Amino acid sequence: MNTFEYVRPATVQEAVAAASKPGAAYLAAGTNLLDLMKGGVTRPNRLVDISRLPDLDGIEDLPDGGVQIGALVRNADLAHNQAFARRFPAVAEALLSGASAQLRNAATVGGNLLQRTRCAYFYDLASSCNKRDPGSGCGARGGDNRLHAVIGCSDSCIATHPSDFCVPLVALDAIVEVEGRAGRRRIPLETFHRLPGDTPERESVLEPGEMIVAVRLPPEAAHFAARARFLKVRERTSYAFAVVSAAAALRLENGMIVEARLALGGVALKPWRAREAELLLAGARADMPLFRRVAEAALAEAKPSGDNGFKIELARRIVVRALALALAGTPERVPALPGSLFASVPGEVIHA
Amino acid sequence: MSISMTLTVNGVKRTVELDDPRTTLLDLLRERLALTGTKKGCDRGQCGACTVIVEGRRINSCLALALSYDGAEVLTIEGVAQGDRLHPVQKAFLDHDGLQCGFCTPGQIMSAIGLIQEAQVGDDPERVREGMSGNLCRCAAYQGITEAVMEAQKALGGPARREVA
Repeated sequence: MNTFEYVRPATVQEAVAAASKPGAAYLAAGTNLLDLMKGGVTRPNRLVDISRLPDLDGIEDLPDGGVQIGALVRNADLAHNQAFARRFPAVAEALLSGASAQLRNAATVGGNLLQRTRCAYFYDLASSCNKRDPGSGCGARGGDNRLHAVIGCSDSCIATHPSDFCVPLVALDAIVEVEGRAGRRRIPLETFHRLPGDTPERESVLEPGEMIVAVRLPPEAAHFAARARFLKVRERTSYAFAVVSAAAALRLENGMIVEARLALGGVALKPWRAREAELLLAGARADMPLFRRVAEAALAEAKPSGDNGFKIELARRIVVRALALALAGTPERVPALPGSLFASVPGEVIHA
Repeated sequence: MSISMTLTVNGVKRTVELDDPRTTLLDLLRERLALTGTKKGCDRGQCGACTVIVEGRRINSCLALALSYDGAEVLTIEGVAQGDRLHPVQKAFLDHDGLQCGFCTPGQIMSAIGLIQEAQVGDDPERVREGMSGNLCRCAAYQGITEAVMEAQKALGGPARREVA
């Protein structure tokens, strides 16, 4: 790890000023940043410790019926907040399906959005990586790429965004509130992360020094509480990143779907909202043939970026199953294995 | 430049002069306070051997920058027994053979204490396994660990459940 200057500002404004200098990085829990620094993957010359900034750790109901989640709320505190989990069960399920209890106790909401890809070539300093070292090439192209992206890739980068939390958030139209030198602004999560293009080193639309202060869910996001699920394929039962994941949410009236939300994780360098697929659901009667058509539409533009064609079919099936689980209804409590394929499910849904 | 910081470790206030900002909470406990019960396994947040309880919550001390925890209250494996009387979780690990080589055990025990305090798992062994999945055991004593956590939870007042999620 390189050495660095450590500063602990007292206010958001001081933090923004301190982090606006080139080479500075924000430190919240550090669960991703310190790991990257130990590997020399990132080498900030200044850490701006925002973990004690006041007023950023609340979960507040907004007058319009939405909710504002402070950037420093810990993953576990959000997932176990009873009122929040009842209104946004897929978000709680996604949080609890991620990482380990120790990491969830530390990791923050803002940090989750800004976590870096888990691409092994990004982590390995002996490999080329356009994200870590722009212009050096992409080791994953032609390398071990079975877990890499199938949507939105470019010649320069085929990495994925690792977050589970962001998948239901983007499905539910979450808004990211940021503060920078030019003041506060709000960015839809859907446009917050950038696809790689030819600048994979730029991962979000944040300007230098800009800091996430909160994530908001609009009041409409709670309308799906009765039928909202998150489902995740991983290579071990717990404590593993998603191979692919999906968040599905349905609103039904008289047996008909009136509104639907669908997003995928593990397929692109950003949480992937499947808007066109959602349109097929609105106004339709829910059944498995419909869900299969929706899954086709959700992956319509997917293409293998290497030895990962299997992920496309896997993602289709996860979409079908997430929709079927959502249709069956949100369980009273997040299952013992959140987001798991191994949770017992009535009927044939398990084989979707 | 040296920075002075304070921790309350196992009930005792300790002041440390840190001359290197890179020091993790794990390294501070082991190298500066000679509390080597907390183990350094992967040092990357993957194995759980470094688990300690900070301000009542279990965390990976290898991914915690020490300076960030100035003023915090820390409980380590050295602080859980009352003299010669083992903590109920320690006793349960012995009674259920929740270990073989013992390297991961301090982290397992601190994680179990944290899990019981969190009161989210009830009496469901599947939830216990999921809640303990951040602690790897290369000897694969998982069966005994799960039984030990269930029994210790009972000994500490039964499976409580505070919240829904």
